[in-house]
Amino acid sequence: MKLSVRGLAASYDGIKALRGVDIDVGDAEMVALIGANGAGKSTLLNSLSGFVRQRSGEIRFEGQDIGRLDPHAISRRGLLHVPEGRQMLSDMTVLENLQVGVLARGNRTSAWDERKVFDLFPVLEERKDLAAATLSGGQQQMLAIGRALMGGPRLLLLDEPSLGLSPLITDQVFEVLETLNREGLAILLVEQNAQRALAATSRAYVMERGTIVAQGPSAELASNASVIEHYLGG
Amino acid sequence: MIAQQLINGLVSGAVYALFALGFTLVFGVQKLLNLAHGGVFMAGAFIAYYAVVSGVPFWAAAILGTLGAGLISVLIEIVAFRPLRARGQAEFAAIVASIGVDLILVSIAQRVSDTKVLKFPFGTFPIEFYRFWGLRISLLQIMILAIVAVLLAALVFYLKKTTFGRQVRAVAINEKAAALLGVNAKAVYFQTFFISGALAGIAGVLIGLSFNSIQFLMGEPYMLRAFVVVVIGGLGSIPGAVFASLMLGVMQTLSVAYLPNGVSEMIIFALLFVVLLFWPNGLFGGAGLSAGVGRR
Repeated sequence: MKLSVRGLAASYDGIKALRGVDIDVGDAEMVALIGANGAGKSTLLNSLSGFVRQRSGEIRFEGQDIGRLDPHAISRRGLLHVPEGRQMLSDMTVLENLQVGVLARGNRTSAWDERKVFDLFPVLEERKDLAAATLSGGQQQMLAIGRALMGGPRLLLLDEPSLGLSPLITDQVFEVLETLNREGLAILLVEQNAQRALAATSRAYVMERGTIVAQGPSAELASNASVIEHYLGG
Repeated sequence: MIAQQLINGLVSGAVYALFALGFTLVFGVQKLLNLAHGGVFMAGAFIAYYAVVSGVPFWAAAILGTLGAGLISVLIEIVAFRPLRARGQAEFAAIVASIGVDLILVSIAQRVSDTKVLKFPFGTFPIEFYRFWGLRISLLQIMILAIVAVLLAALVFYLKKTTFGRQVRAVAINEKAAALLGVNAKAVYFQTFFISGALAGIAGVLIGLSFNSIQFLMGEPYMLRAFVVVVIGGLGSIPGAVFASLMLGVMQTLSVAYLPNGVSEMIIFALLFVVLLFWPNGLFGGAGLSAGVGRR
């Protein structure tokens, strides 16, 4: 098991955002986490990457408890979080953003380098000497993913990768994610766009008010009446 | 002779630059004003002085003063800044805390020196002059210019070309994004405070030597000038700090030489006023922009 979370409860700005969450991500699995705004999805990802200090419960990554580690230490183990809003190092160039990403590799070895990232996202190579701030939203999302790949991820957490992107660019991003997963990378995907997320993944969780209310194979959830009503626009 | 005054002005401007760079570096990375910087500068001079009088050769004493000031600066980060940052409202609190730290350093120095002005023993540094084209430059001035040039080049190389420099800039731009990519922000703060303090320390040693005067309040006028320098240059901007320091040094020397007594400070602060009026972010950008260090 790549990731296993048990009974995770956490508060954010004094509000109980997570009330006992259990989720698992298998070794080469791509799993979706869907739910309405404010359900606690981002808080869950921020707890996994160490920004929201765990209040109670257990987070195991590759069998080891990472609940007390600092964010940079968690990244260096290969649990890499591509945050909502992309969080560019805006004044640094595209290439420099990728170079900073190498740090997360720590002492691990990785097959990822600039070459492979540019092969995956050719547009980044064209812009490699431009400041990240000058990229379009879609290009920034590609850079955010590429930067995480440079760190040799063993599990990728993605927070709303399609937010603000055109359908065409969204297709491109999802295609890349599915390719990465086929090559064996475990991915936990948080998405507002539930339809896309369920189509791309094999298993999914539905979150509501800080807990998991439904789970199962993505195809089954996509045909579940209540899920359709609440998340797939009836 | 105006060329002679220009040389003297550039030398004192170069020392301002060392002092101001450390100050602006911490601001660029942390967005915090460290008002204990003048105290760290003074501590560097004190450490070097007491090392020299207890028999350590000058060059070793200067290194001790530099490293000692760097360590004091790291200590300030651990004791005063980090706890405030953890509580998440550091900006104003850090100003007050660093004033407190400065008072502590100044009081210790006052006690240690018994409120006296200290002077390096005669012959600590050879007094030699070189003459060319009717100008006169001392060995000490040459050494100061060389040290500043080397340190400045090293700092720029470090920030722009090394992995560590990239980490510093990443933390300055976006601490959360940096941490997600595996950058240890705590280590970055440690190192920036050390560099900042070490630059102040060597500036203290050089000033103590140039004026042959070391005393517990020597940091204050430099703190004030560093403020002018970083505001004119743009808070957090390295080229801005260097440019404004050299300009300040030259203007000060020229006005002391050619204008009535006391006009020099008036001109400097009038200039500060004009710059703030027309370029509120300083001549080289700075605080108003998202990133601080080594941008250009």
